[in-house]
Amino acid sequence: MTPVLELRGIDKSFGPVQVLHDVDFSVHPGEVTALVGDNGAGKSTLVKCIGGIHAVDSGEYFFDGKTVQINSPRDAAELGIEIVYQDLALCDNLDIVQNMFLGREHRRGIVLDEDTMEEMAARTLESLSVRTVKSIRQHVSSLSGGQRQTVAIAKAVLWNSKVVILDEPTAALGVAQTAQVLELVRRLADQGLAVVLISHNMNDVFAVSDRIAALYLGRMAAQVRTSDVTHAQVVELITSGRSGDLGLTNGVSA
Amino acid sequence: MHVSTDVLNGTAKAARRRHPAAAWLAENGALVALVVLVVGLSLLSGDFLTVTNLLNVGVQAAVTAILAFGVTFVIITGGIDLSVGSVAALSAIVLAWLSTDSGLPWPLAVLVALAVGLVCGLANAALIAYGKLPPFIATLAMLGIARGLALVISQGSPIALPDAVTHLGDTIGDYLPIPVLVMIAMGLITALILGRTYSGRAIYAIGGNEEAARLSGIKVDRQKLITYGLSGLFAAIAGIVLASRLASAQPQAASGYELDAIAAVVIGGASLSGGKGRAFGTFVGALILAVLRNGLNLLSVSAFWQQVVIGVVIALAVLSDTLRRRATT
Repeated sequence: MTPVLELRGIDKSFGPVQVLHDVDFSVHPGEVTALVGDNGAGKSTLVKCIGGIHAVDSGEYFFDGKTVQINSPRDAAELGIEIVYQDLALCDNLDIVQNMFLGREHRRGIVLDEDTMEEMAARTLESLSVRTVKSIRQHVSSLSGGQRQTVAIAKAVLWNSKVVILDEPTAALGVAQTAQVLELVRRLADQGLAVVLISHNMNDVFAVSDRIAALYLGRMAAQVRTSDVTHAQVVELITSGRSGDLGLTNGVSA
Repeated sequence: MHVSTDVLNGTAKAARRRHPAAAWLAENGALVALVVLVVGLSLLSGDFLTVTNLLNVGVQAAVTAILAFGVTFVIITGGIDLSVGSVAALSAIVLAWLSTDSGLPWPLAVLVALAVGLVCGLANAALIAYGKLPPFIATLAMLGIARGLALVISQGSPIALPDAVTHLGDTIGDYLPIPVLVMIAMGLITALILGRTYSGRAIYAIGGNEEAARLSGIKVDRQKLITYGLSGLFAAIAGIVLASRLASAQPQAASGYELDAIAAVVIGGASLSGGKGRAFGTFVGALILAVLRNGLNLLSVSAFWQQVVIGVVIALAVLSDTLRRRATT
């Protein structure tokens, strides 16, 4: 199966600090790819490069097999790449529908088309089998952490997106809410989306992912099938960049 | 299915129906205060509830309200605009100067005056969005610059307006003062922009969570240009209305009005931390200030005490709002 999104040889520096070294990364439709790595390994930077927030210094960016240029979040969104940020980019003073359509409101002439937006939001939430929100016209400030995460994810899938990137979606959640969100993540992949899950939690990673990509000090240590590795191997990849045959040799991709 | 059926049945409305009176009160505290004020003054003074006096109140509220509508956009984004009083004076001076000294036809001079207000607002936005100045400082600078330019252009003395322009301060028939009509029109435009347009939604989003707005693809800098540009434009309109009523443009006109405008917005239920505010609330806030001043005059309260009363009212308005919100959450 061809990857929907593929990066090759990505370098990225901030001033004198090189954060990403020659990173290859591919994401497949219908699969959950877990992106793991220690703090400072470059996960967030890589995601921001994918999302067009940072411009890459060098390297190639393929989408559906074609080379593309991503210079802004809008470019990424137009391709169907959506990022759900860790700190949840939601506005507390707006309701669920308003948040889901924020920045891309439907318009009829110069005025907003609230009816269409409400209908589409309801349909999207329904397609995700979201059962936990009382009303889609309720302010986001009144939602629980899990519900907010759900809204953020629903916002990302509203746009017929092809790639959804989730930055630590379960970091702030309790056990039950984590299970709900992971179930939702799995459902997205089962609907044919390519999902990237950034996580520190090995249980989450093994619970839902099909592939694991491990970053180590800005280099891609390994990208493997989840079923081919053990917890211990992944932890080793995260902490030392290699594990047995897998991983980096002398700091260079194997 | 839970969501969809609930949505179709309007759970939101059901939730709101739980305490309809309480919810309505929480949303419209300022309106209740205005009604209480009007009833109280009607009982205390026989002159208050007369057509002449109420029209007078409307005309007095007009300039503050128009300024306040413009400031509402800014305050919802979490910013502040201290320059509107000065910008109003500058626009009026430019109008008077162009249409008398340089002999420009007055409609053209009005357009230039509006453009001056717009440019002042855009300059504020540029300092804030691109220069990263805090809105307080940027607009404080503009307060000085615009007032100074008004004094420079007028050389410190009032400039008479051409007759055609002073008619903007007239009353159509017996009951339709043009300033009041302009105020209502600007209020409706404000409500339309805030409630029904992309920029309005963006203004609320920026006030709620600027980073989220940016990540959602809103061009925050461009929306700030629109926000402060609207504030400047509204200030110019207020300046023209004020000058037309006085039949002359005065370089010291409208000084301190920015504070009245901000007070009206806040009394109307907006939050200075952003994300909250409505055109109707601002309208009510401006009316409260005008009714209060008018009523205190009718009751022969000294001008010195009037300032004290208005200060107390502002404090009470915001305090009651804070307390109510603490009770509901």
